[in-house]
Amino acid sequence: MNAIMVRELTRRFGRFTAVDAISVDVAAGEVFGFLGANGAGKTTAIKMLIGLLAPSSGSARVAGYDVLTQSDAVRRNIGYMSQRFSLYDDLSTRENISLYGGIYGLRDAEIRTRGDELLRHLGMEPIADALVGTLPLGWKQKLAFSVALLHRPAVVFLDEPTGGVDPVTRRQFWEMIYAAAARGTTVFVTTHYMDEAEYCDRLSIMVDGRIAAMGTPAALKAEFGVASIDEVFVRLARPATAAAGG
Amino acid sequence: MRALRVLLRKEFLQIFRNPALVRMLFLIPVVQLLVLSNAATFEVKRARMYVVDQDRSTVSRGVSDRLAASGRFVPAGASGSVAAGQEALMRRNVELIVVIPSGFERDVVRTRRAAIQLLLNAEDGATAGVTAAYAREILARYARELPGVSARAPAPARIEVRTRGWYNAELDYRHYMVPGILVQLVTIVGTLLTAMNIVREKEAGTLDQLNVTPVSRGTFIAAKLLPLWTIALAVLGIGLTVAHLVFGVPMRGSLPLIFLAAGLYLVAALGIGLWISSVTETQQQAMFVNFSILMVYLLMSGLFTPVSAMPEWAQRVAEFNPMMHFITLMRNVMLKGAGLADVARQLLILGAAGAVVLTVAVRQYHKRAG
Repeated sequence: MNAIMVRELTRRFGRFTAVDAISVDVAAGEVFGFLGANGAGKTTAIKMLIGLLAPSSGSARVAGYDVLTQSDAVRRNIGYMSQRFSLYDDLSTRENISLYGGIYGLRDAEIRTRGDELLRHLGMEPIADALVGTLPLGWKQKLAFSVALLHRPAVVFLDEPTGGVDPVTRRQFWEMIYAAAARGTTVFVTTHYMDEAEYCDRLSIMVDGRIAAMGTPAALKAEFGVASIDEVFVRLARPATAAAGG
Repeated sequence: MRALRVLLRKEFLQIFRNPALVRMLFLIPVVQLLVLSNAATFEVKRARMYVVDQDRSTVSRGVSDRLAASGRFVPAGASGSVAAGQEALMRRNVELIVVIPSGFERDVVRTRRAAIQLLLNAEDGATAGVTAAYAREILARYARELPGVSARAPAPARIEVRTRGWYNAELDYRHYMVPGILVQLVTIVGTLLTAMNIVREKEAGTLDQLNVTPVSRGTFIAAKLLPLWTIALAVLGIGLTVAHLVFGVPMRGSLPLIFLAAGLYLVAALGIGLWISSVTETQQQAMFVNFSILMVYLLMSGLFTPVSAMPEWAQRVAEFNPMMHFITLMRNVMLKGAGLADVARQLLILGAAGAVVLTVAVRQYHKRAG
């Protein structure tokens, strides 16, 4: 069964259609890249999938549950990391871990073992009690991703997780994504970095609320007869940008 | 329950890690009481009076002597002409004219009733009211001491200026102001902190993060409101202590009763904060909406202007203001020693207001945008 099944999902704001009848299937354990220019509707689509925004029409199932009618079951089975860093700056690393562990109903012993393992893995044991706000951005983001996986969700949504971090950290971040996928976690990720898009198993490109192209990176490059996803993206996104007057 | 526990822990950690906030919480009660109770007072220190004594009798002289002896009225002119007094009033040389008509002593002696006229500069109505009340109080006391003409008529005399302010016998206006200021204080702490706390999480993006988790709406709201409710009660405790130690404001009623009422009242105050947080997106917006609401709320509360002095429609609107009822209750319990039975009506209203406001606010709050 697919981890994510989206059918004709639509969201209108007044007369503006932000997401226009998109349909996507993502297999369990897949790393799916969700690409699009700014304003193409990516964040609106993700918000509907994670239960922050009600769809205007269409349907979606995430981790086997309907996002509209079974939102609590969906929430128990997903992880989310937003483009805005979303841990608490005024809590320490360990306190953030305990908070989210407790929210997802992990027992104290589980929180301790998983937390220790997470800190060891990130090499953050010596600064486990430092306030998160004092950490460098790259560390914060790796930490936020690890915390989003703490309750071992079936699907994790990453909304531009690597914005503003250096190439080395981005590489490390993608290694973490692969490791999560290898453990069976489905990864739904948006990005602006086209080199990152090449790392995905499959990807879709959104233009003006619609999915303009979808497939493996290799298939998309072949379809458009170009050498990189960057070029695919520019070909698809440019007409929209020109039409919008920018 | 487990989620509530970890969230409560988080809230308390965050609040006490914010040194500016903690300082503010402990300083505000002290500063507000010190500044507001002294500044926002209608107390009349030394009103200059012009005495128009048309009776020129022992009793009439007693009237002006008594007023002057109180220390609240300073003789600043006297003659037999009301017109001369009015001119002094207009030139702001005096604040009031005391007109004692001829036949005053005779009326007191024969009928035990006599009238005095007070002409006040009523530009500031509240001050004028207080001035008049002081005069009434002093004259009423004087009248009771006047001896009758015969031993067969020992009924106490009355001077026709009825008095109020029975419960402020020391005539210390701060005693009257402080309970109201304490109410305003916990209102600001409760409402503003609630709204700002939640909106700050909106701005930081952490609210979205929480809304993506299985934490229920009720758990989230309880985790937000309980710490602030506790803190607002603690602030009230500090305020009451300062009021008692620094201003000598009496606590004639029961302290647990005060806290019971405050606990109920705060549900409404925090509910308004919650509602504000769900209709605003930024801390500036929340701040603005907050002060717009609080302003009306305060003006209609009877803290600075008595509700009984408002027009009929405004009095009816004020009936729906939980703050007005809490101020009334605080004054009654602290100054008059009112008990549970005396303030049952206010308690019921506060409880009902809390239930209504919280219900509306919780319904307004959604994890998923529509």
